[in-house]
Amino acid sequence: MPAMLTTLIADAAALPAAGEDPYSRFVRLLTVFLLAMWVGFEVITKVPQRLHTPLTSGSNAISGVTAVGALVVTASLASTAGTAIGFVATTLAMVNVVGGFVVTARMLQMFNPKKK
Amino acid sequence: MTSHAWINLAYLAASMLFIVAFKLMSGPRTAVRGNAIGAAGMAIAIIAACFDPKVTSAVAEQGAWPLILIGSAAAIGGSIGGTMALRYPMTGMPQMVALLNGFGGAASALVAGAELASTVAAAGGVSRCATAEASLVSWSQFGIATALTGLIGGLTLFGSLVAFGKLEELKQFKKAWTDPRRHWINAILAIAMVGLVIAVCNAPSQQLFFWLLVGVGCILGCTLTLPIGGADMPVVICLLNSYSGLAAAAAGFVIDNSVLVIAGSLVGASGLILTAIMCEAMNRSLVGVLFGGLGTTAVADGDDVYAGKIKSAGAEEIAMILEGADRVVIVPGYGLAVAQAQHAVRELSDVLEARGCEVEYAIHPVAGRMPGHMNVLLAEADVAYEKLREMDDINPTFAETDVAIVIGANDVVNPSARTDPSSPIAGMPILDVDKARTVVVVKRSLSPGFAGVPNPLFAADNTLMYFADGKKAILDLTAAIQPAD
Repeated sequence: MPAMLTTLIADAAALPAAGEDPYSRFVRLLTVFLLAMWVGFEVITKVPQRLHTPLTSGSNAISGVTAVGALVVTASLASTAGTAIGFVATTLAMVNVVGGFVVTARMLQMFNPKKK
Repeated sequence: MTSHAWINLAYLAASMLFIVAFKLMSGPRTAVRGNAIGAAGMAIAIIAACFDPKVTSAVAEQGAWPLILIGSAAAIGGSIGGTMALRYPMTGMPQMVALLNGFGGAASALVAGAELASTVAAAGGVSRCATAEASLVSWSQFGIATALTGLIGGLTLFGSLVAFGKLEELKQFKKAWTDPRRHWINAILAIAMVGLVIAVCNAPSQQLFFWLLVGVGCILGCTLTLPIGGADMPVVICLLNSYSGLAAAAAGFVIDNSVLVIAGSLVGASGLILTAIMCEAMNRSLVGVLFGGLGTTAVADGDDVYAGKIKSAGAEEIAMILEGADRVVIVPGYGLAVAQAQHAVRELSDVLEARGCEVEYAIHPVAGRMPGHMNVLLAEADVAYEKLREMDDINPTFAETDVAIVIGANDVVNPSARTDPSSPIAGMPILDVDKARTVVVVKRSLSPGFAGVPNPLFAADNTLMYFADGKKAILDLTAAIQPAD
């Protein structure tokens, strides 16, 4: 049963299998996009004002997820230009990811009363 | 299960962790774990990306080359980011976040550009890859998403760089760009933008159009951010944050990757909500913030409001009032950040509390230069989280407050927002400090705040003006109280 479930979930999120027509592929991603947007709205309206700065910098770090795309396009070595541009993209995205999470951690550390 | 499915499962796990991370951000204790979980999700996504079939087949053909390449890019980027984040002073957080945000936007635009270059190469090569050819037809998902990613990414990068310059208070960005011709320039850029989006969607293989579009996005990022004044910065930061998320989501459509789409839209939604909250807190429409209006309107003359009614006081006199106070509320504004007076303020409240006085802080949602700026600043000075009260929470208590001390805030305590319907800031929610028994305003001079309107609070019967630099004023005040202890 769990094995079947994992397969199902993986299928739903899977990259287009060969033969999937472009429209249903687009609709699948659009579904994911809108549902995630909705979850985002629901979750974030509950964050209190005083945590807005860490929220901004934390979400900023998560937007560095584009590193995933940058890594794949760079390492697939499909063209010289693509690899070179991808290399720069990977570097910038990693600055965003690491910088973002570290800054947020530093900030949150200050919010918590120091243990004496 | 194929390796492909495993990778997607890892992406799914990462996406779930991102959602949990956002969820945990709602409390100061759980937020630390939230951040760690977000980082773990990112690590999973990045490791999974290294096993992508495109990467593994490149490794099979070319050896360790591709891995060395991405490894070194990640090491360079990671160490730059880590060093920046550890070295940058805490007070510079707004500009640091702006800068990182810009890098994220730029990365998304470049991912689209790199993918485009590789796809064009694959479609044109000897192999004539069929999927690559299918991607490059007119108005394909690939083409549309590539255009949008390039545009939003460029806009995010340069918008963030300008925001960084403004927050860092670089000389070149001191004055907001208010030339009325900017509307024409923006209109021309908007037309060029629409034209280029259509051109890229129509013929994705024409890479020149794509890069021109990125260029237009970059210029738009500048022309839209340059006119925005300092007090509107929180809105801009939120909006740019949202854009960087949307750019990542659009990049997800380019490369058909669900983790990019999910994480990007989460960030996009978060930024949009914060933008709406910030606009509401200033009683301004988003369009109004983006295209200006406030600050450029005719300024009422302050002399009529203030004539003969200003009472100024020194440290000794104010110290005496504070010695008799049972409840003091401190209202910090951007001036506190500029004067770096947060530690001095903490010491003052320690002294007052030692005398049995209750001290709280009233935080306006748009005080400072980014959402929650004052909270971070005061947290740095070890002010207890519980003492920082939000506007709606603390407003009813001003009537029972003996002394309200306003430090470096102006428009957010201007009662004409409540009383004068013709005021440019009419209807903006404010902190009702004027209802306190005594109001002490620490300010350098009577110069108006960002909105350019005179503040009748300064001329009120129960207000004492304390003209001095914020930090020095508070230090003198603390020293004046201490002997009585």
